Amino acid sequence: MLGRTLREVSAALKQGQVTPTELCQRCLSLIKKTKFLNAYITVSEEVALKQAAESEKRYKKGHSLGDLDGIPVAVKDNFSTAGIETTCASNMLKGYVPPYNATVVQKLLDQGALLMGKTNLDEFAMGSGSTDGIFGPVKNPWSYSKQYREKRKQKSHGENEDSNWLITGGSSGGSAAAVSAFTCFAALGSDTGGSTRNPAAHCGVVGLKPSYGLVSRHGLIPLVNSMDVPGILTRCVDDAAIVLGILAGHDPKDSTTIQDPVKPFALPTLTDVSKLCIGIPKEYLTPELSSEVQSLWSKAANLFESEGAKVIEVSLPHTSYSIVCYHVLCTSEVASNMARFDGLEYGHRCDIDVSTEAMYAATRREGFNDVVRGRILSGNFFLLKENYENYFVKAQKVRRLIARDFVNVFNSGVDVLLTPTTLSEAIPHTEFIREDNRTRSAQDDLFTQAVNMAGLPAVSVPMALSSQGLPVGLQFIGRAFCDQQLLTVAKWFEKRVQFPVIQLQELMDDCSSIFENEKLASVSLK
Amino acid sequence: MWVRAVWLGLRASAGGRRGFSSKADPQGSRRVTAELIEHLERLALVDFGSQEAVARLEKAIAFADRLRAVDTDGVEPMESVLEDRCLYLRSDNVVEGNCAEELLQNSHRVVEEYFVAPPGMCCPKWLNRLSHSKLRMQ
Repeated sequence: MLGRTLREVSAALKQGQVTPTELCQRCLSLIKKTKFLNAYITVSEEVALKQAAESEKRYKKGHSLGDLDGIPVAVKDNFSTAGIETTCASNMLKGYVPPYNATVVQKLLDQGALLMGKTNLDEFAMGSGSTDGIFGPVKNPWSYSKQYREKRKQKSHGENEDSNWLITGGSSGGSAAAVSAFTCFAALGSDTGGSTRNPAAHCGVVGLKPSYGLVSRHGLIPLVNSMDVPGILTRCVDDAAIVLGILAGHDPKDSTTIQDPVKPFALPTLTDVSKLCIGIPKEYLTPELSSEVQSLWSKAANLFESEGAKVIEVSLPHTSYSIVCYHVLCTSEVASNMARFDGLEYGHRCDIDVSTEAMYAATRREGFNDVVRGRILSGNFFLLKENYENYFVKAQKVRRLIARDFVNVFNSGVDVLLTPTTLSEAIPHTEFIREDNRTRSAQDDLFTQAVNMAGLPAVSVPMALSSQGLPVGLQFIGRAFCDQQLLTVAKWFEKRVQFPVIQLQELMDDCSSIFENEKLASVSLK
Repeated sequence: MWVRAVWLGLRASAGGRRGFSSKADPQGSRRVTAELIEHLERLALVDFGSQEAVARLEKAIAFADRLRAVDTDGVEPMESVLEDRCLYLRSDNVVEGNCAEELLQNSHRVVEEYFVAPPGMCCPKWLNRLSHSKLRMQ
């Protein structure tokens, strides 16, 4: 049951094949068994069971709220959840319990979803590995998969199995790991520079970044106001579309959400791609791209072409400057957004009482890690009067050029762009930490952050396993507010490539009952 | 930073902080001076904490300097991708509130319905030197 799609489980719930409480308990049990992944910071067991009981009552009366009623979901720990600790994996907010729900959380709860817990991330969502939070790094479930382990046995013998575990990517690594390990059906992440798509690619799940302005940011602890977007992680494209349909729409509490009416949509099944034009940005073919990812990217392009789509090379000339531009704009907005953490109204407060300035400074020193402090200081540098024009405003101008590049490409008849999501498959933690956070972010965000600067929708879809048995995902980028079209193309692709299901041995040995149910009578989908 | 003088006890002598500056960059990009460090620490209310942090800032600046190569003549800065749309403004009606108690619960130091802050302008060296004189001028 845990391996099914949202629609299948929803149908099973309606038909009484499984109850929300059973589903909840299985997920909770799996969360406990996979605790070593460190995907969750807080597991809201009591809350989830209570929600499950209420959902069960609704199903008994035949009044289910919709496709998400009774479905276990997880939320990244930088979304405010009323009554549940929200830490952003930082000492600054450790122990902070918000008095309200983020709009997207509220929407999920209003649909009857069961909140399993808050997932782990890089501190304040700054990072590309989910390794820099105070609760420790998140481990990629694929490190423990049969597919990966078998390939490793061929290479090395007698090595300590756990010492070389792989990162999940970041910063929504906890959410990606939670979905990948079947502990929930969908998870919320956030995406500022690729933070949802990057871990999705490394963990073999679907990671959707909706168009900026489509989904409310109210309650998402902000990093970069002009680029942040709540992200959706699921095991298949259809599920992502279902969740998007629920989350999208104008929110009076977030004035940057568009006012155009938005309705939940069902993804059409595309059969004929002959009218589709796929663009391949040539500047994304960088020397750092691993040959395996490059060959899969080629293979994907050929797949579209062989089925009749038009596949053309396009140019995004300012690509090489986008990471620099992002670096300046991101640190500048961060410097501003982090100013709210002064210890007075919420969050950590130091013991110093000499003066406000002393108190603020010590609180912030104790509350933030090096990465956050580094970005605040860089941002303040770029915002100094003498630097403002040359750095901040300059970056804003370059941002326009980058956004324009995309507009030009889409105006020339391209429907969707196809690019890699990451440079390579997930790497071992020991290798990842050899470079500092900023360097890693600059490398890993290469393909993903230009999309945030232009506010476009993008989705990472797992394509195939690498020669090491690890997932590789590819990214589709769509026109602004054409999320439905983007997902339709992604769904077509997903069906063609048939990405394999992760085989988690640890779990299979203990929880064979979970997977045995797969063989039982099929569920009728209406 | 002067804060450390207060709660750690002065570790370094007054000259010790000058160790936190950088050598002139051969490519001619910004040198991070002790003055700049102090200035940034005061603005950000976050301290560098180590020579490594200063080195990281230098790298960040050098990285950002690459933007100079882009020709942005005649290009307007872009503040938001939604610049072609009107920002939504709510009507000026009170629809929520009365949650003082909930909000006060999150603070560490509260007296009745007040958040308690220590006194401001408590005469640290740099504050005396700069801010008070500026205030007097206004």
